[in-house]
Formats: sequence, structure tokens, C-alpha cells
Amino acid sequence: MAHKAEDLNLPAETQILIAEAKPVDMPRRELVENNRDYNWITEKICGIVEDKTPTWWWVCISIAGLVATYTLAGLVYLVSTGVGVWGLNNPVNWGWAIVNFVFWIGIGHAGTLISAILCLLKQRWRTSINRTAEAMTIFAVVCAGIFPLFHVGRVWFAWWLFPLPNANGIWPNFRSPLEWDVFAVSTYFTVSALFWYMGMIPDLGLLRDRAKSLWRKYFYGALAMGWRNSARHWKNYEMAYLTLAGLSTPLVLSVHTIVSFDFAASILPGWHTTIFPPYFVAGAIFSGFGMVLTLMLPLRSVFKLHDLITQYHIDCMCKITLATGSMVGYAYAMEFFIAWYGANSFEAFAFINRAGGQYWWAYWIMISCNVITPQLFWFKWVRENTTLVWVMSLFVNVGMWFERFVITVTSLANDFLPSSWGYYSPTIVDIYTYIGTFGLFSFLFLLFLRFLPLIAIAEIKALALPQADPHNEDHPLNQKSSK
Amino acid sequence: MSKDTYGIIATFDTSPEIYKAAKEVNKAGYSKFDVFTPFPVHGIEKVMGEKRSTLGSFTMIGGLAGFFTGMAIVAYMNFDYPLIVGGKVIFGPIFPFPIFYELTILLAAFGTLGGMFVLNNLPKHHHPVFEYENFGASSDDKFMIVIESEDPKFDESDTSSFLEKLGGYDVTAIPHKSETK
Repeated sequence: MAHKAEDLNLPAETQILIAEAKPVDMPRRELVENNRDYNWITEKICGIVEDKTPTWWWVCISIAGLVATYTLAGLVYLVSTGVGVWGLNNPVNWGWAIVNFVFWIGIGHAGTLISAILCLLKQRWRTSINRTAEAMTIFAVVCAGIFPLFHVGRVWFAWWLFPLPNANGIWPNFRSPLEWDVFAVSTYFTVSALFWYMGMIPDLGLLRDRAKSLWRKYFYGALAMGWRNSARHWKNYEMAYLTLAGLSTPLVLSVHTIVSFDFAASILPGWHTTIFPPYFVAGAIFSGFGMVLTLMLPLRSVFKLHDLITQYHIDCMCKITLATGSMVGYAYAMEFFIAWYGANSFEAFAFINRAGGQYWWAYWIMISCNVITPQLFWFKWVRENTTLVWVMSLFVNVGMWFERFVITVTSLANDFLPSSWGYYSPTIVDIYTYIGTFGLFSFLFLLFLRFLPLIAIAEIKALALPQADPHNEDHPLNQKSSK
Repeated sequence: MSKDTYGIIATFDTSPEIYKAAKEVNKAGYSKFDVFTPFPVHGIEKVMGEKRSTLGSFTMIGGLAGFFTGMAIVAYMNFDYPLIVGGKVIFGPIFPFPIFYELTILLAAFGTLGGMFVLNNLPKHHHPVFEYENFGASSDDKFMIVIESEDPKFDESDTSSFLEKLGGYDVTAIPHKSETK
């Protein structure tokens, strides 16, 4: 906490100096506004789960469920008819399926970054958004997993990807980045789910303690594992939390690195570059924060969470979007530079073709959404206009989808031999399968909002409220007389 | 002492109060006591006389198990059915490194979560403190201390007055479950 100069008992000359210099009093921005107490946070967050189900929730989940059936229908049609129903053909054999996979996996990265790296960096503002962002991660990976699973062609043999004995007596090829991906993505999903669940145990205990109906007592009781807020338990719990944050940190960096190896380990111009791992990771975090903003801003106004998700939180998220967006912009520029500097005519062609070839429109959508849009976050008035921030976050989502489209399709459509060039277009099945995953994502997310605490209650009490500090006896809420 | 009480519980309102109370209880020589707080109160485990958590060993075991499981999988499968691809060796530590890496993280994470449960003796859905009717408030905004009857220094009246002196209120004896039925 900021101390006033006159409270510090400084020597007289220092005080004169301070009076002359008039240092600006810059207190830290509050993480929870309006001086809320513990009980207010409990009631606020638990209320969302415990109150009567709002009508809008039923409307939204019905629509989400309906849209999710598009994916189901698309996949049933694919499996019953054959992979030919997708727009894949020589030379473009990686189309929307891979684009959508990388898109959804990337979105997940913001959740892991918030829960892991920002935890290690002691960024206390993360406590207001980490639970929702982690949920977003898990549901995004669920959506991502669908695409490569069905892209294998005969999905009933997808278990051959895992090192399990099969009738052929052949094992997976561990030299392939695609096989690394199997391990990376499944580990990512599992560890994210473990972290999410462990963070939720104390809050599930709180919901159990407040439960009135029998099903709630059993549901939350079973999930809370008998948690009883013992300080001796908190000690191990906090250590476990920190350790999981430490373990997830290399995971944030490795998952998209390995996804980028799927491209970079090939020999195709435009893919075979060493910049891919950092470029993909920065892009993933960028797209993830785009999605976090897309989700958090409506939640904030629907559930009236303005005291918990303040302008400060929005500023922080916008600034991370700006930073990662600038990294992505730098990577785009550097790709062009290396294509020229490397003096490889195929590489040079690949990039000129991206910007001015048959997919020029996709490239320029990508540039305007990913490079130009986030630069507006330099301005305070932009960050303070919630509607504008929300619209810009949608642009980020769109732009990052197009980035994956540009990378995947342009390199494949125009490779070494002009005689084998082609033009890729998705079919209606591709489009419906992809749109359906938004329904699936929303469906899972709405279930989460209804049944689980959407903000980490214990964490926000401990880290964002000044009265939680055991040495802050002067805080008005810690005075006996205030009761 | 008395076999029909599990312990004596006292409630506090603020984080600094519980911190001081926990310090005093430990200073007074009690060892079998516990503090229940709605969130981890920073540093309270130290003044309670707790040592650093040994959770790291579980993570370590998990991580090593993951690393060597990954290595064993790749080595066994490549010698069992050698796939000569890209002129690479049948087995080496480099090309399958992502497998070791991911499995290290995966099993270390399971070790961490599992270790947290093992060290905390959870899941345990029954515990005498749940018998105290106001116990639920300790997950909302109240802070509680329980001194167990098994503590050698425990004395029903002395301990109660000690907790009251520390500023605790609603000082109550928690019965063992068998006694309430």
C-alpha cells in the first residue's frame, strides 16, 4: 500500500525536499472496487449458481445446442459418406480441419497463460478472470480435438495414434510431429483440466456448505472431496497450486510449439521456418486473449460483475493483446524479410504469393485484424470503451482464424510445380462442421456458468481484497468497531 | 481428557485476528489444533508451527516416472518394430524428446494433485468439525480455530477461556459424531 510521506517520520530536510518536489501520489489500482467484503463476494458468485435459472440462459443454451448439432450432422455425414465430402483435394490436403484445429487450440492458450505464467509473475488481477479463462481453454481444446480426430479419415482407427498394441503389430512413428501433437494436446487437455479442478475445490466446498437441496449437497459434496478449509490443508494446496502453475508454464510454450512443428518440420516454402514456434505461441496467446475479452465483457454486464472485473482488468487484458498482437505483426514482417534475405526463390514466391496471389483477400483480412486492430489499444479511450473493445476482440478472433487459413492453404495451393497448383474452397459440410463447434463451445460454457463458480472465490478473497492481509490491521473492515 | 468432545472451536472475524490467535495458540504449547479460513491466510502456517510442504517430492516422483515411461515406450516400440524414417537412428534421446517432455509434465501434474490429496488426507467426507452447526461460515467470511481434545494441554474450561481471551467468540465444544446420535 502506498504510504503518505508525512506518515513516515522522515528527517526535516527530506520533508522539505519532498514538499518542493511534490511527488505524485499514485496508489495501486484497486482489484475489487467499492470496498467489498468477503460475504459480498460469496453471495455474488454463489448467487449466479444458486439463483433461479434465468430465461436468457435457457434461450442461449437451446440455440447453442441446436448449432452444436451442425457439427454432429457434419461428422455423421462425413463418416457415413467418406472424407470426400470435405473440400480437400490435391494439392490442398490440409484444409479447414487443420485451420480450425489450430484456431481452437490457440484460443486455449490464454487460459493457460493466465493460470500459469501470470500466477508465477504474481499478477493479482488474474484472480478475477482465471476460472473463466481456464474453462474456456478446456472447452476450446474439446472443439479442437474433433478436427484432427476426424481428419484421420477412418475415425474408428484413431486409437492407432496412441501407443497401444494393435493387430498390425506396428507402433506409432515417434519421429513425426503429428505424433508429438497427440501427446502434446492430450497432455495439455488433461493438465488444464486438473488445474481447473484443483483451483475449484475450495469453491466447491463453499457451494456444498451453502447447499440447500439434496442434489446440490451430493453434487458439490462429492466434487469438493471433503475440503474443510483447514490451514494445514491450505499449505499443501497452495504449494500444489504453485507447482501446477510451474508445470503448466512449459506446457503453454510447448503445445503450440509442437503444433507449429506440424508445419515447420515439413519442407514446404512458407512453413519450413525457424520462427514458427515463437510466432505460433505469441499468436495463440493473442487469439486467446481475444476470446477472453469476447467472453468476459458480456459476462461482466450480464452478471453485474463490474466491481470484480474492473476497468483495470480490461486494461491489462487489452495490453496483453496489444503486446502479443505486436509480436505477431513483427513475425509477419520478419517472415518477409527472411524470405528476401534467405535468397531462396521458392520461399520468396511463397510470401509474395500470400500477399498478392489468389488468396490475397485472406492475407489482408489477417493483416488488418491482427496487426492494425490491436494497435488501437495504445489509446486509453479505446480501452475504456467496452463496446469497442468487444468488437475489436471479435476482429482478433476473425484475424487469427484467417492467419491459420493463410498459412495452411497458401503454401499448399501453390508449391514448387505450377502444373500441380490448385485452388481450395471449403464445402458446405466443412462450413457447418466448423460453425457447429461454436455451438458446442457455447453449450459447454453455458453449463459451466450455471453449475460452477465462474470466479475463483477463495483466490479473489485472498489476493484482491486488502483486508485479507493478516498484517493489515488498520483496514476499516478489520476494525472491531465496524461490526 | 474428555473422550466425548472432539475439540473446542472459536470464531474470529478478521484475518489479522486469526493470525494472532493462531500464533498465541501455538505459543501456549498446543500442538493438536487447526485453523479454518475461507482463503489461505498468508503466512499463517508458519506461526502455527507448520513446516514447509513436502508436496514437491510427489511432483518429482511423478515427473521422473513420466520421463522414464516415455523413454521406455519409445525405446521398446522402436526396437520391437524398427521404423527407419528420415535416416534417423532406431532410438535416441533427441527425436522423441517431445514424448518424454509431455509425459513428464503429465505425470508430474497427476503427482502434484494426488500428492495434495494424500498429504491432506483427502477425500474424507466425514470430519468431526462438520458437526459444528456454524462451520459452513468458515468457507464464507469467518475464521475458526479448533483445539482438539487429544492435545495433552487440553482442558475443557481452561482451553475455552483461553480462546475467549484471544478474542474468539461462540466458543463451543464439538461432540464426536457417535455422541450426537
